[in-house]
Amino acid sequence: MAEVSLTIDGLEITANKDMTVLEAALENSIYIPHLCHHPDLEPAGMCRLCMVEVDGKRMVISCKTQIRDGMVVRTESERINRIRKITVQLLIANHQGDCLSCNKSTTCELQCIASYLGIKEEELDLMRRSDKIRPIDTSNPFFDYDPNKCVLCGICVRTCAELQGVSAIDLAFRGFDTSISTFGAKPWVESNCESCGECIIRCPVGALMPKHQLRPSFEVRSVCPYCGCGCGMYLGVRAGRIVGVRGEIDNPSNRGSLCAKGRFGYEFVNHPQRLTEPLIKKNGEFVEASWEEALELVTEKFSQYRGEQFACIASAKCTNEENYVLQKFTRVVMGTNNIDHCARL
Amino acid sequence: MTNPISDIGGASCILAVGTNTTVAHPIVGLQVKKAVQNGAKLIVINPKEIDLCRFADIFLQNKPGTNIALLMGMMRIIVDEGLLDASFIESRCENFDDFKESLKNFDILTVEKITGVPKEDIIEAARCYATNKPASILYAMGITQHIHGTDNVMATSNLALLTGNIGMPSTGVNPLRGQNNVQGACDMGALPNVYPGYQRVDDSVVQKKFESFWFQDLPSSPGLTHTEIFDAVHDGEIKAIYLVGENPILSEANASHTEAAIAKIEFLVVQDIFLTETARLADVVLPAVTFAEKDGTFTNTERRVQRVRKAIEPVGNAKNDLWITCQIAQRMGGKGFDFSSPFEVMKEIASVTPQYKGISYDRLDKGGLQWPCVSEDHPGTPILHIERFATKSGKAKFMPLEYKPSAELPDDEYPLLLTTDRSLFHFHTSTMTGRVEGLNVLDGHEFVRINPKDAARFEVTDDQMVRVFSRRGEVEAKAKVTDVCPPGVVSMTFHFPESRTNVLTNSALDPVAKIPETKVCAVRVEGMKQ
Repeated sequence: MAEVSLTIDGLEITANKDMTVLEAALENSIYIPHLCHHPDLEPAGMCRLCMVEVDGKRMVISCKTQIRDGMVVRTESERINRIRKITVQLLIANHQGDCLSCNKSTTCELQCIASYLGIKEEELDLMRRSDKIRPIDTSNPFFDYDPNKCVLCGICVRTCAELQGVSAIDLAFRGFDTSISTFGAKPWVESNCESCGECIIRCPVGALMPKHQLRPSFEVRSVCPYCGCGCGMYLGVRAGRIVGVRGEIDNPSNRGSLCAKGRFGYEFVNHPQRLTEPLIKKNGEFVEASWEEALELVTEKFSQYRGEQFACIASAKCTNEENYVLQKFTRVVMGTNNIDHCARL
Repeated sequence: MTNPISDIGGASCILAVGTNTTVAHPIVGLQVKKAVQNGAKLIVINPKEIDLCRFADIFLQNKPGTNIALLMGMMRIIVDEGLLDASFIESRCENFDDFKESLKNFDILTVEKITGVPKEDIIEAARCYATNKPASILYAMGITQHIHGTDNVMATSNLALLTGNIGMPSTGVNPLRGQNNVQGACDMGALPNVYPGYQRVDDSVVQKKFESFWFQDLPSSPGLTHTEIFDAVHDGEIKAIYLVGENPILSEANASHTEAAIAKIEFLVVQDIFLTETARLADVVLPAVTFAEKDGTFTNTERRVQRVRKAIEPVGNAKNDLWITCQIAQRMGGKGFDFSSPFEVMKEIASVTPQYKGISYDRLDKGGLQWPCVSEDHPGTPILHIERFATKSGKAKFMPLEYKPSAELPDDEYPLLLTTDRSLFHFHTSTMTGRVEGLNVLDGHEFVRINPKDAARFEVTDDQMVRVFSRRGEVEAKAKVTDVCPPGVVSMTFHFPESRTNVLTNSALDPVAKIPETKVCAVRVEGMKQ
């Protein structure tokens, strides 16, 4: 991996020669404002905010400029700031500014850039604003798309195409009407979207947001309970309930990706139909019982069927430890090898 | 899987046979798409034109149940054209001559006739797989759920051996396992013929070893498999069942037969998180907890053992499965069930399971480990069979194979072939996903997918309710007229309790693996009055 040296704002840094100026800067903890860059995606050069000056003359967008040895980069100048500020002012002027009630607040890239650039409310008054409030697409059961908050960075579009190979969405229409759209501008749920939510986790602003999202009070690292991929995930917990799921970037099996089931399919955990008490069937009806009563009955009955009259069906949903104990119980206590599980189904 | 999931993206060729990868294993699907983006060739073998076909260079749409013929046909081409890896076969394999002899029955015209795939496509696929290395084979239930499922698996293994595509990165034979811990349940010996670590119960040395581990005489004859257990209940041989976290009323082939068997059980205990269709028939129901309420480990399809951690307290009075089983065992006088935590169970697992010997919670806290992990400082084994195979001779054995038709094929009375499939938005019998409102919005009920030609022939229209009959029963569902299914083939999932697809399926078993043939049975479809 060949490294080259370059200077950014007077700081001499080294970086892999295949990197762009923006990547090299970010890797060396030098911030350059950007909205449409995402490390998982090909650079698009859409937002123009990452503009820098190279070698004291040319202005280039840093996300599409490869570094080279001896390069001298300036991330700020009067010229850059003027352009950058107008670009952001235009974005914010047409952005619904309900930051207090927006779930993205404090993790919003636009907020971060506005404060970095020192945008003032009165400056925005000079801007021509779109007075249209556009309808929010709430058709998908797991997330909403709010075009009034969209900065048209295209990260969602590229995520869907480049990473998921689905291409359910694209940029459509012109001028103030430009927005993210499904094919034929149909409601999101009627498109070929697979609801994986990968676009939502990459949206830099509050345009694509999970429905009813509560921030967790803490997270616990675990593994998805569905298929055999074994995706690493963090369970978001709040007041004894699961309130969200986040893919684990460092897990070698899924590298942070999740599907619709893994990301959104956790509601069953706290579902009101969960079994919460042992049940014993009496005269054809289930009656709630204490653990003591239920276990005594099970023990007494199982004792009558030791050997080949007994079978245990274990579970591919249970842990290794539970399956180990189930087979040990069947062999040691019940005295039979009649144990299997749903591996073949 | 012989190779890790992350490997697949680096393959030059991927052969996906009998797997609807983007639907059933979406994250593996991402790796396949990544490989294709990087220029890999993708060959899809499937009776249905699945989503993955959008990315495929070659799509072989064979008749259900004809994978052996197709794969052997491809291997015949590879041998005839000299595209095999002679030095790999010579140094790492045995029984090649017998195998080669068995290829004689698979000339291209015969294979074309059996599979319904044009011979040019078969030849192209054979050349593509043999010449683009490294090549990875992915398969799932489309390979295994047949009366010749074992032979199907052997065919995929023969193909990898023939071209030397095993024991290296981005190669291998990679079964995609369906459930989060189906690999682990097998590893732990929740199987009738093996103790933990695939140690055979009918090997007297192994039996003695476990008798000394567990201080108890143990039965030496293998037990019954899942499908056989319900047959034995029918015959009055098995009278009590302890059923944990499963719903055979929906998942077992020939489900009416299973339901009738369950009604005959003298004492049925079901331990689950919901009152499933099967739990309703129990004598005692024990409330267990979900993955979010307990500690433990799951082993995924690439043999990676990973920690599951308790995030919330058990709901209500539900208890974790470990506690429940240990309580029953101890109350029945069982010794060695006084585990105070899953951590202690893992210590015992490591002591009796060679593949798990080096696995401990301390190590897993730093990240998962892929078995075999044979000592405390062993790094785990991402790729199997690098230097030797797990056989006595250390060599891989080619298996001569012959084509056998499926147990039940369409006829005049049942003119269509039903194959089962899955939805991206549901899991197995939907005990969990069916209770996620949003997933039901995205996919709320069963569809019988039927080709437009068949729809016209049987006077069925899109979205119309239809009745599907097989020799074993009937179910109702909506029709979806689509050319995803070829003429003569219909498909259904088995996620929805109101359309119990497995009432229709055939429980004829593979003689070795005892897996039922849920991928092929004969049905008739009739439109219902609107």
